[in-house]
Amino acid sequence: MRIIIIGAGVIGTAIARELSRYETDVVLLEKTADVANGTSKANSGIIHAGYNADFNTLKGKLNVKSNPVFDKLCADLKVPFKRIGSFVVGFNEQDLKELKKKKENGEKNGLNNLEIIGRKQLISQEPNINKNAKYALYAPEAAIISPYELTIAYADNAVINGAQVVLNTEVYDLYFEDGKISGVKTNQGEIKADLVINAAGLYSDKIAGMANDEFKINPRKGEYHLFDKEYGDIVNHILFPMPAKNSKGILVLPTVHGNILIGPNAYDTNDKDELSTTNKGLDEILKGARRLIPEIPEKGIITSFSGLRAALDSGDFHIDFSKNKGGLINIIGIQSPGLSSTPAISEMVVQMVKDYSNSEKYNLKLKKDFKQENPKLPHYYEYEEKEKVDEWQKIVKENEDYGEIICRCEHVSRGEIIDAINSPVPAQTIDGIKRRTRASSGRCQAGFCGPRLLKILSDQLDIDPLQVSKKGSGSQILKARSKQLILEKTKQDKKAGDQ
Amino acid sequence: MKNYKIIVIGAGPAGLAAALQASKDGIDDILVLERDKYMGGILPQCIHNGFGLEYFDQELTGPEYADKFIKDIDKNNIKVLTETMVLNINQDKIITALNKSNGVLKMKANTIILAMGCRERTRENIQIPGDRPAGILSAGTAQRYTNIEGFIPGKEVIILGSGDIGLIMARRMKLEGANVKAVLEIMPFSSGLVRNKVQCLDDFDIPLKLKHTITRIEGKKRLKRVEISKVDKDFNLVEGTQKWIDCDTLLLSVGLIPENELSKAMNLKLHPVTGGVYVNENRETELKGVYACGNVLHVHDLVDWVSEEAEIAGRSAAEYLNGNQEKRNQPIKITPEKNVTYTVPQKIEYKFKDKKFIKIFLRVEKPMENVKIVFSHNEKSILSYDKKIVMPGEMVTVNLPAALIKNDMEEIKLSIVEKVGEKNGRT
Ligand SMILES: Cc1cc2nc3c(=O)[nH]c(=O)nc-3n(C[C@H](O)[C@H](O)[C@H](O)COP(=O)(O)OP(=O)(O)OC[C@H]3O[C@@H](n4cnc5c(N)ncnc54)[C@H](O)[C@@H]3O)c2cc1C
Ligand SMILES: Cc1cc2nc3c(=O)[nH]c(=O)nc-3n(C[C@H](O)[C@H](O)[C@H](O)COP(=O)(O)OP(=O)(O)OC[C@H]3O[C@@H](n4cnc5c(N)ncnc54)[C@H](O)[C@@H]3O)c2cc1C
Repeated sequence: MRIIIIGAGVIGTAIARELSRYETDVVLLEKTADVANGTSKANSGIIHAGYNADFNTLKGKLNVKSNPVFDKLCADLKVPFKRIGSFVVGFNEQDLKELKKKKENGEKNGLNNLEIIGRKQLISQEPNINKNAKYALYAPEAAIISPYELTIAYADNAVINGAQVVLNTEVYDLYFEDGKISGVKTNQGEIKADLVINAAGLYSDKIAGMANDEFKINPRKGEYHLFDKEYGDIVNHILFPMPAKNSKGILVLPTVHGNILIGPNAYDTNDKDELSTTNKGLDEILKGARRLIPEIPEKGIITSFSGLRAALDSGDFHIDFSKNKGGLINIIGIQSPGLSSTPAISEMVVQMVKDYSNSEKYNLKLKKDFKQENPKLPHYYEYEEKEKVDEWQKIVKENEDYGEIICRCEHVSRGEIIDAINSPVPAQTIDGIKRRTRASSGRCQAGFCGPRLLKILSDQLDIDPLQVSKKGSGSQILKARSKQLILEKTKQDKKAGDQ
Repeated sequence: MKNYKIIVIGAGPAGLAAALQASKDGIDDILVLERDKYMGGILPQCIHNGFGLEYFDQELTGPEYADKFIKDIDKNNIKVLTETMVLNINQDKIITALNKSNGVLKMKANTIILAMGCRERTRENIQIPGDRPAGILSAGTAQRYTNIEGFIPGKEVIILGSGDIGLIMARRMKLEGANVKAVLEIMPFSSGLVRNKVQCLDDFDIPLKLKHTITRIEGKKRLKRVEISKVDKDFNLVEGTQKWIDCDTLLLSVGLIPENELSKAMNLKLHPVTGGVYVNENRETELKGVYACGNVLHVHDLVDWVSEEAEIAGRSAAEYLNGNQEKRNQPIKITPEKNVTYTVPQKIEYKFKDKKFIKIFLRVEKPMENVKIVFSHNEKSILSYDKKIVMPGEMVTVNLPAALIKNDMEEIKLSIVEKVGEKNGRT
């Protein structure tokens, strides 16, 4: 049986990995040049504890169920993950009431470690917190993760276990036979399928529409700013303010790689590709973040980005079979806590796939040789963090490429970059290398390693340097070879002169 | 663990000149560590001329200037390890480096000379909002692509920032056949050398738009256009002056930041204006036996000054190793005042011995004409130099004669004031 998954975000890749446990043909289609190119690369990267959502909602249930799974999952998939805990910070009695409500809700959801702490304890844990902060709801289970590394790791593991990830392939229609799915039409041609899983994120309403299932996603933009590691110890936990109407407010949190992230704001937009950042947004986010940590500096920002929440009017996730056609599963409205819920979402979807295949007389059997783990690739920065740099010697002795640092800011070696280009889902763009190795994600933002990465990519992929791109076709870095423009010009001038 | 008398970090003009000077002063056990394939630092990609007029009294290109030092390094048998990245230095002067053939290298040094140069500020440093497409790069990176790798990064080019690198690259891109549409500068004056403005923009009819900046970037995959706006004297945008310009490439020349990650690893404090460490007249940092020179200490506009400064550091390291230094009873602070943004050094700490004067580098905040550079002690002028013009883009060097420095001094102030009675109608 062939199962096509549309969209290689964290949802699509997680499902691909879960399905690759079975003897079946799994094909993951992604329209951009890499996995993790949509919302899954631009979010807060929090594995929420699960006190926010009502347990009666699907997202509430799936979040709570998923949270405990991440330690083992990330160890298996070699994804950076840290259970650092979170504080929702309150300033007055009204806030305290709200915090208590949240705690109660969390307890209903089965969280037993929630705690409301006072000023003293808060300051001892977060010395830089606003001096007017009085209370906080502490959730030790909240954790941080690298969301794009999780997505890439799911995809890599799926490929290791036999799934196919097909990039640069956009689904523009579905086709059916006798009311049942029989394949997808893409810019690369038609692909037959017995079952299609719509995990197209912001565009999942459009895909559903191809089966006449009506949904409307309202994209809501959130901007972020990331600070230099130099400021990495300004906070120790995930800090939430009291929630705003459309979002959880402006947060301040460390990232798994030791930077500080602030954001997001929340603006409705009707353009699903609108990912620009604005001055107004920056001011708003700085202001919001400073309510929690007044000393947030302005000059330490090393990059800014935004993500789009794929919200349905109901506010909840929708995960169900198509109402109109057989063999189509729609996964729609996966906004926050979508990332936190991936294990339970993929488990739920796999159960649906099993049910469907049984009803269609396909028998899904578990593979005997499923590989639970991704190989552990060496990263110099991890040796540095653990102060075990001497042990890197062994790795260089085996392969000298690990002895040449290419990214000066994040200390990434040539060997690590070549690994990324040769990984199960290979990095084929500068951004692809960045997300897999951190090269070019530091303070100089590719100023130093840009030309070096370009050369490695063109050598390894055996393509013309002019073809190397930032994020796929149309985003090539270079425009011409030396003298090319001037020669073309002279030719033109000459022609004009001849006439 | 292997020990060296001097380890120099960086084989740019600063590192090379420092190593050579120390070698001339009798130190034989010197190691220079360089992360790039070749020596010369940023110079090999600066193929234009304009180097060496002060130091060699001869106009050279960047590679030619570097070559003169590289030849001497070879002649003097100074050990250089290229393709070797220094990753850490601790306060005990233990250096961790990495390369292909040796792997992890740990070495100890009696003295260290920091000469890591600087890096360019990025779009993020100056917060230009908008999309994040390909086609936005720093001018220095574009220079490397063009002059070393043999590729042109863009056809329709806008340059933000009129610092020297921006000006040089405007001309370079034009010579390569690109359409350089404008150089934008937020200040009311160009921040580069005057000669570069004339030779790179005026001679090539490239417009310089002063008091302008970029307020938005558009393009999903590759840059499509930028929005430019005029700013007032407080750098606020002037409403109604916004204009879109189509382009596929934006080069940023918006300042350099000394590359002090290693200095920070040693817990050295950074000066808020220079971005470099604090040094005394020997270019010695707050850690005894650790020196800094060149662009890692403060950004220089002329490589000639870099070489000169590096020689001070090299000579001082040799003196230190030879036990040939004596501290003053108390250090003398050098404090920048009126229109002086910073000085290097920030203090005088040693007795002079045979030194006749110390050289002081400084920068000004705003342009002024017909000025006096005044050294004062206890509010009394002790020395002044006349100068026709001072500009933020041009570093000023002045000598402070040893004879004027008295043992009981605690602080010398430096200021720049208008010459009275000689105004020529302008301010
Ligand atoms: C600002 C913000 C903050 C968030 N913070 C958190 C958080 O802290 N914790 C948390 O748990 N969740 C968070 N979320 C939610 C989380 O990011 C999402 O739930 C999750 O990333 C959704 O993943 P996805 O795979 O559904 O979507 P995506 O990552 O967008 O993946 C969909 C993919 O489908 C592809 N695609 C679309 N159409 C087609 C087509 N026709 N053919 C082929 N491919 C197609 C797209 O290119 C894309 O790669 C946040 C979201 C936002 C926006
Ligand atoms: C585009 C441009 C145009 C210029 N034009 C002129 C001009 O016309 N005339 C003029 O006089 N001057 C000019 N200059 C200035 C001159 O080039 C610089 O002042 C000079 O190169 C600074 O020397 P430096 O040794 O301090 O730094 P750099 O030249 O930057 O050298 C620093 C060296 O240290 C190495 N390094 C850094 N960190 C490490 C580490 N951790 N481990 C190992 N090695 C490390 C670097 O690889 C580099 O080789 C120009 C500069 C630029 C960029």
